Amino acid sequence: MNHMAIAALKTQRRNLVQSMFDEGVLDNQFNQLQDLQDSSNPNFVEEVIALFCNDAERIITELNRYLNDQNVDFSKLDSYVHQLKGSSSSIGAYRLKLACVNLRQASEERNKEECAGAFNSIRREYYVVRSKLQVLMQLERHIVNLENQQ
Amino acid sequence: MAVDKTQFHVLAVDDSLIDRKLIERLLKTSSFQVTVVDSGSKALEFLGLNYEDDDHNDNEHEQRDSNSDEDEDHQDLGVNLIITDYCMPGMTGYDLLKRIKESSCFRDIPVVIMSSENIPSRINRCLEDGAEEFLLKPVQLSDVNKLRPHLMKARSNSKDFDSH
Repeated sequence: MNHMAIAALKTQRRNLVQSMFDEGVLDNQFNQLQDLQDSSNPNFVEEVIALFCNDAERIITELNRYLNDQNVDFSKLDSYVHQLKGSSSSIGAYRLKLACVNLRQASEERNKEECAGAFNSIRREYYVVRSKLQVLMQLERHIVNLENQQ
Repeated sequence: MAVDKTQFHVLAVDDSLIDRKLIERLLKTSSFQVTVVDSGSKALEFLGLNYEDDDHNDNEHEQRDSNSDEDEDHQDLGVNLIITDYCMPGMTGYDLLKRIKESSCFRDIPVVIMSSENIPSRINRCLEDGAEEFLLKPVQLSDVNKLRPHLMKARSNSKDFDSH
């Protein structure tokens, strides 16, 4: 029975990952991460994702704060977006990375309205990738648990 | 001290927590011994280079002979390659590169720069000023595999005391 359950979960996982690639939520860099995970580092992807989420949320909070200032400090903004762009790129969060590029552009133009719009996109893309990755990690854990019971 | 002559020690420098984790895993997967630090100043500290007073240029020639044994020690027991991010607060990767290349003790350690930004003038400047390679982020396993020849060459060069 477990065989079927495991197979079904693996199909779900494969479909979820494929849809994330198809939608551009993830890019090939995510594959690179998975390739670095092995039996000696079985939680590598999960750990990287956790670090990423903590970092991203910290940055999003800061960005929000700076954007709500009367006089927006665009260079501080840019510095934070640069960080988020870097870590998005490192885990393969493609659309989130693009949203960061847009905010950097708006920030360079010192356009507060555009920045606000670009920031909303960042927030949206972050929550999309975070929730899908959370589902993915849950599936992974479930599969590992069942496989360990074999 | 018994040293595995085939294992190389890489010092990785990056201010990003995620990128530090990634580069560490990439390097370990490629069988390198790894030390990771989060800034250029910590890198210099790790090397034992006090970055405030490395103006040894005047004494360079006198120190060279007495340092030659230490150089070999640094190659065998210390750091064989430094891989650093370019964009870091305080000391950039380029600043670190310059410090290393200006140091009589450490100038022979190959330095590799990583950057998320593909800026040709930046790349050229780093390569002209002594960087062995310039890698675009995100760094891949295939990039890390390109490092080994630089390490092999540096190791064989360090056997020549008077090559410089």
